[in-house]
Amino acid sequence: MTVLSAKNITMQFGGLTAVDQFNLELDSNELVGLIGPNGAGKTTIFNMLTGVYVPTSGDIVLNNESILKKTPHDIVKLGASRTFQNIRLFKDLTALENVKIAYHNFINYNMIQGMFRTKKFWTEEKKAHEECEKLLDIFDMGEYADTLAKNLPYGQQRKLEIARALASEPKVLMLDEPAAGMNPAETVELMETIHFIRNKFDITVLLIEHDMKLVMGICERILVVDYGKTIAEGTPDEILKNPEVIRAYLGN
Amino acid sequence: MDKNKRKAYIINTISVVSLYLVFFILIQTKVMNKYFIGIAILTCIMIIMAMSLNIVAGFLGEMALGHAGFMAIGAYSSAYFSIALMDTGIALPNIVVLILAMIVGGIVTGLVGFLIGTPTLRLRGDYLGIVTIGFSEIIRIFFINFAPTGGAAGLKGITKLVTFNNVYWITIVIIILIFTFGRSKQGRAIISIREDEIASEAAGIPTTKYKVLAFTVSSFFAGMGGALYAHYQAFVEPSKFTFMFSIEMFVIVVLGGLGSLTGSIIAAIILTVLPEMLRGFAEYRLLVYSLALVVMMIFRPQGMLGRSEFSLTKFIDSLMLRKDMKNSIGGGEAQ
Repeated sequence: MTVLSAKNITMQFGGLTAVDQFNLELDSNELVGLIGPNGAGKTTIFNMLTGVYVPTSGDIVLNNESILKKTPHDIVKLGASRTFQNIRLFKDLTALENVKIAYHNFINYNMIQGMFRTKKFWTEEKKAHEECEKLLDIFDMGEYADTLAKNLPYGQQRKLEIARALASEPKVLMLDEPAAGMNPAETVELMETIHFIRNKFDITVLLIEHDMKLVMGICERILVVDYGKTIAEGTPDEILKNPEVIRAYLGN
Repeated sequence: MDKNKRKAYIINTISVVSLYLVFFILIQTKVMNKYFIGIAILTCIMIIMAMSLNIVAGFLGEMALGHAGFMAIGAYSSAYFSIALMDTGIALPNIVVLILAMIVGGIVTGLVGFLIGTPTLRLRGDYLGIVTIGFSEIIRIFFINFAPTGGAAGLKGITKLVTFNNVYWITIVIIILIFTFGRSKQGRAIISIREDEIASEAAGIPTTKYKVLAFTVSSFFAGMGGALYAHYQAFVEPSKFTFMFSIEMFVIVVLGGLGSLTGSIIAAIILTVLPEMLRGFAEYRLLVYSLALVVMMIFRPQGMLGRSEFSLTKFIDSLMLRKDMKNSIGGGEAQ
């Protein structure tokens, strides 16, 4: 079943066509990689899929609903959440609070109930607290629950960002260069984590990555973009042998 | 509610009641004369103003320099309401009239805050600062020219309803409400916008909605503070609510620590009481006051408390711990 599809999306910034007639179909529980040289338009595609940019033309459908006119937070509600290339955590809040903020839409009490701390407030907050702690535990981050996000080690910050993205219970998780700045050992751990969450939460994962080892290691399907166009698509083995891809990466 | 929370509740309640009793005794024994009571009441009002400003400046992290304008709306609308209510001849207890007037002042100001916030919160930082200055000046000039509320001469004939007894408890209630607001899911959402607006949107927070909410709640409480002010002075005039007054409130919030409500309380007390205490120095008064601000900002730019809150429970715990440590260290040396 198709969860997310992009049909001929094009993004123009003035005279520059950053993404040209890009197509994408993500089935449920798939793990897809999106790779390409620097400036190929990967992040622009990401930003269109998450509602940050509105494509100049084309259509994006998430769970049978067009998300062209939706704001980023609406898209999160519809079931697609993301992480950022340069980690964007709420630095001065604790790890647990970071996750709780993304759990926002599942906490049901209004402002008055919150201010007067009615029974509803306590039960809902308790539920949120437990759910978010559970989520941190899945990532082996329970011990860091009360640590400020900025004081976490780099690898843990990456994991926390993924945990936060999962707190909104997405159907599609989009990771923008999750291995950026990681050492090989951390990358291997991350690979395992991504594999694990895909199965555990039964979600689709779309991955932008530079680290070939990571992409080739875990993705079932890979799309290669260059100059805003898809130049190849297939399994990791097919991609490695594709002459177009070799040309894009290594030149003629 | 776990054990620690219950302990904190008990300690805070005891300290609030005992502080009240201290004031009560001081007033009864005439140690505190009318002048000091007046300062105490103004301090309470400034605490409310600073805390409400902290919702926008501290939680949301936006520069709002028009708080005096909101206070003016609260003062005028509540005073207008209470005068009209008194005119109808319905005999209500003072405290009921005061609370009704505060609610009216709060709602009217909240509405104005909502109307101003909706278009302006697209702006950020210093741009928003300039727009809020503009709006607060518009409000002030509106009241100078608005005949039904007395124009430049001010609104007279307000019954003085505020006493230290009622303003103390009203302030406590508002402090608690702003605290619980900051720690609800709405407060968390607002704080997340301060931390990182893009990430907050990506976490599913409707950021525009929560920005406007922060602005509205902030102006609601500012209106309540204005209502108290009107019913304490028994007279409101537009010239009180100048740009400098907005700045004064902003200074309190920055000095206490942006985002720290307890910091706002402490700074409001210091910055309201200090200028009065310095009256003895006559012409050096403002100099000392300004110097204190400069020194503070150089040595502690994040404000007195930064973003953390002062907790009485933790304070007591640390006192106890220090004693324990001294004992254990002392014991170690003896051996």
